[in-house]
Amino acid sequence: MGLDTTATMIAGVAGDTPVGRAVETRASIFDMTQAAEDAVLRPKDPGPWSHALRAGLAARIATLNSDAELAARFVADAGEFAMLADPANDGDAQGVSAVVAFMDRVAADTRNVAVRDVSDLQAAGVADADIVRLAELNAFLAYQIRVIAGLRLMKDISA
Amino acid sequence: MSKVITKFTRNVPHWQPRVTPVDLQEATEEQLDALKVTPSNTKVSDYVLTLAHDVESLKVRSPLFNGIMYDKGGMSRAERELGALAASMVNHCIYCAAVHAMRHAQLEKSTEVTDALFRDGVNAELGPRDRAIFDFAVALSECPSRAGREQMTALREAGLDEAEILDLVLSSSLFGWANRLMHVLGDPVRTESEEA
Repeated sequence: MGLDTTATMIAGVAGDTPVGRAVETRASIFDMTQAAEDAVLRPKDPGPWSHALRAGLAARIATLNSDAELAARFVADAGEFAMLADPANDGDAQGVSAVVAFMDRVAADTRNVAVRDVSDLQAAGVADADIVRLAELNAFLAYQIRVIAGLRLMKDISA
Repeated sequence: MSKVITKFTRNVPHWQPRVTPVDLQEATEEQLDALKVTPSNTKVSDYVLTLAHDVESLKVRSPLFNGIMYDKGGMSRAERELGALAASMVNHCIYCAAVHAMRHAQLEKSTEVTDALFRDGVNAELGPRDRAIFDFAVALSECPSRAGREQMTALREAGLDEAEILDLVLSSSLFGWANRLMHVLGDPVRTESEEA
């Protein structure tokens, strides 16, 4: 358990290795991490943000974090939103430019997020509950991407 | 009236949502279940009521947070708090930084480390083990991560074993998550009477 998750598979963590053994001692955390991925990328109640849009936004955030491998995994589920994986695409053609602007700012310029970023989304007609859904998707990815980056470093730079 | 605070502090502020939290009177069964609301427990913070808008995430979030910060073995609780604090300083999440600096000071029974970090920022003078932990967590928290061979080698040279390094990766990454909720969905505030 713990090794069959997106984070450990993308990081390439194998079972009988020092990193794999450390992961197995925290198996429940890695299993809950996978459950959290399911909750933000493939929720039963997606609200206005379809599973495909969520995958497109996730791919974009992975790209902003220079993780091409993780981005490719999410793009596979992004359907008509696959173009969002390219940060040069502002989402206008897909009708989600306000969402994309918010997600880019929260992912890559977190420290400077201000009340305006939230009020801009509200002005664009996004309900408060759906702003929370976007923030949870973004926030989870910030975590998962850094867990993967950390695991890769542990694996590649051995003791 | 309340005033948004912008400087790091261990004096934990109030958190004021920028969106309207779920109204407990109108919460669904699923939300009440995730909020753990029972007749004897009806106190729920505005933060958790805000997160209840995304109930599927809220349900998995709390046990995961507790596991990463409190599960036995591996890195000490105080050092996990240092990882959380480093992420919160990078992301300028005043609320999270206050909570986790306060916990670090309580666990260590000393304010020396967090005083130095709040006074001198990333250049604060730290012991070699805290220095390696803090620098790794700061680098990992940037977008994209700047953590590399230099920071990982410093952790091993400071004596951290594999389990401890994994706990540091988890606790500092977790605050990439928490900061993007706390710092994005609300403001850290004090009321005027507290300011006086």
